[in-house]
Amino acid sequence: MGENSLYGPLDPAADAGYVDAPPRMGFFTDTSVCIGCKACEVACKEWNAVPDDGFDLLGHSYDNTGGLSANSWRHVAFIEQPAKAVPEVIDVFEAAGTTASPQFLGMPGKDLPGRTPDAPRTDFRWLMMSNVCKHCTHAGCLDVCPTGALFRTEFGTVVVQEDICNGCGYCIPACPYGVIDQRKDDGRAWKCTMCYDRIGDGLTPACAKACPTQSIQYGELDELRGRARHRVEKLHEQGVTEARLYGHDPADGVGGDGAFFLLLDEPEVYGLPPDPIVPTRELPKMWKRAGLAGLAMAAAVVVSFLGGKP
Amino acid sequence: MKERRMVPKADFRSYYGRPIVRPPVWRHDIAAYLFTGGLAAGSALLAAGGDATGRPALRRAGRTTALGALLASGYFLVNDLGRPERFHHMLRVAKPTSPMSVGTWILSAFGAAAGVAAVAEAAPLLPGLARRALPPLGTAGQYGAAALAPALATYTAVLLADTATPSWHAAYPELPFVFAGSALASGAGVGLIAAPVEQAGPARRMAVLGAAMELYGAHRVETGKGILSEPYAQGRPGRLLRAGRALTAAGVAGAVLGRRSRVVSALSGLSLLTASLATRFGIFEGGVASAKDPKYTVVPQRERLATQLAGPQSPAGSRGLTGLTGSTGPTGSTGSTGPLAS
Ligand code: SF4
Ligand code: SF4
Repeated sequence: MGENSLYGPLDPAADAGYVDAPPRMGFFTDTSVCIGCKACEVACKEWNAVPDDGFDLLGHSYDNTGGLSANSWRHVAFIEQPAKAVPEVIDVFEAAGTTASPQFLGMPGKDLPGRTPDAPRTDFRWLMMSNVCKHCTHAGCLDVCPTGALFRTEFGTVVVQEDICNGCGYCIPACPYGVIDQRKDDGRAWKCTMCYDRIGDGLTPACAKACPTQSIQYGELDELRGRARHRVEKLHEQGVTEARLYGHDPADGVGGDGAFFLLLDEPEVYGLPPDPIVPTRELPKMWKRAGLAGLAMAAAVVVSFLGGKP
Repeated sequence: MKERRMVPKADFRSYYGRPIVRPPVWRHDIAAYLFTGGLAAGSALLAAGGDATGRPALRRAGRTTALGALLASGYFLVNDLGRPERFHHMLRVAKPTSPMSVGTWILSAFGAAAGVAAVAEAAPLLPGLARRALPPLGTAGQYGAAALAPALATYTAVLLADTATPSWHAAYPELPFVFAGSALASGAGVGLIAAPVEQAGPARRMAVLGAAMELYGAHRVETGKGILSEPYAQGRPGRLLRAGRALTAAGVAGAVLGRRSRVVSALSGLSLLTASLATRFGIFEGGVASAKDPKYTVVPQRERLATQLAGPQSPAGSRGLTGLTGSTGPTGSTGSTGPLAS
């Protein structure tokens, strides 16, 4: 255990004891180009043979998956929002009608595409985001797993060994993002592996491979972080001032995510915690308090038996 | 229904009101284990104290209860596993960052010691060698178990607190005191039920001290955690914790005032045991409730971020929210036409 083993910036593979580990790999999910096609959800299920998660109609826009779970390792969130108050200088309807911007996400018209070029647009936007396990630098799930089923790979990712997991369930409340989950009929814990079997062979994880807009980008984490910074700058230049990165910062509460995001609204709008902290950060303090309580307990017993009359 | 009405009161945003952190999948087995584990610890201490001060009734009751509670604990723990037949995978590793791993080893060591101590109680019924060899082994086991008992009683508090479950995590400073106190009170309860009044004096004092610890800790947890105390006050967890408090008070009162009556003492003991059970379930369910409502994840984290942003020389985005500067969201910015149009 190194100095930052529980908290703070860290190279997780080296901390886990790998010598000459390959570079840390990660996902950069740029939600500003996500079109909500769910190809990632499907590709993940296909490749990893993840079982069906039931046929639910949730009434949450186009999201009928609901969230990440034992049987959904990618989840595309759909948020319907009234777009921001339109500044007078630019008329959004006009802009949508004239610039033929392929990015404008309005309500779909009833007509065939292209038949009525000036189809009415509403003052409305969709946010879409493909969520996934963050492969945290300090992973709550991994810290607390009592069997060693969860482990750190040489790529710095976090993976469950299904032949070891005994379904104790501890990892599930320990994840600050609510990612890992117990599969009901199976009892064990399951989550994204960042396609450990694929990346070991130099392949791209199934979701990133299937993403048609490169909303999901896979690569060396350092490189992705640089790419993401540029993307935010560019979006800010273009006036999308609400673009922000989430999970990219090695100084954050989990030491930075191996899978991080570019978001267009507050994290909680997408179902992400605004300021996640790995529970284990407080572990030394917790044991100290427990030790104190234990001592108090022992003292109470001594006093009970030695003090006073029978 | 209740949740629905609460949502607009606290000002926060979420994804269709869905939880952010995942509620534990643990069933009530784990809440029950919190009780039986504490009871085993409390009883082991009672047995050791009773033996050391020449009170055989306390020794006998303590040893046998510790074993009984231990067996129940083992059942609850294994039964709650998703793959019970793999329970021994817990023994593959010893992992200091996992309170459950640490607890497994504490429980195993405690179990061996307390088991020997309890079996030794049967020595007089056994033939020859066993009759002579067992008692000293039992004594060693008894003191070994007593030495481990405080760890057994308090590690479960760390186990719950070392999660992202908001109201458990926030309670980490006091939860060990709640559990230690509750374990003492339940052990005392066993003494009050099993021992004749002239041997039960220490159990009475244990009840008072345990109850004091438990009530102090629970009070802090239920009132001192801001919004995160709420789940412990509302609904079923609130009712359980209030019942626990009332039963503890009644048990202590009975233990102190009824010291001449075997019946009153036994009833007090029962009251203390029930109190411990109610408190454990209340704490357990309070945490689960806090994980189910995204409010308890979002609001405290937002407050934390706001304090950070307000703090001296802390740049916006220091906690992973780059781009927040000058724009708190779509409505806070100008010069942009639509979601993505440039
Ligand atoms: S996001 Fe959750 S499940 Fe994924 S590595 Fe981090 S703690 Fe583990
Ligand atoms: S459920 Fe499985 S992966 Fe999760 S902590 Fe327990 S043994 Fe580890």
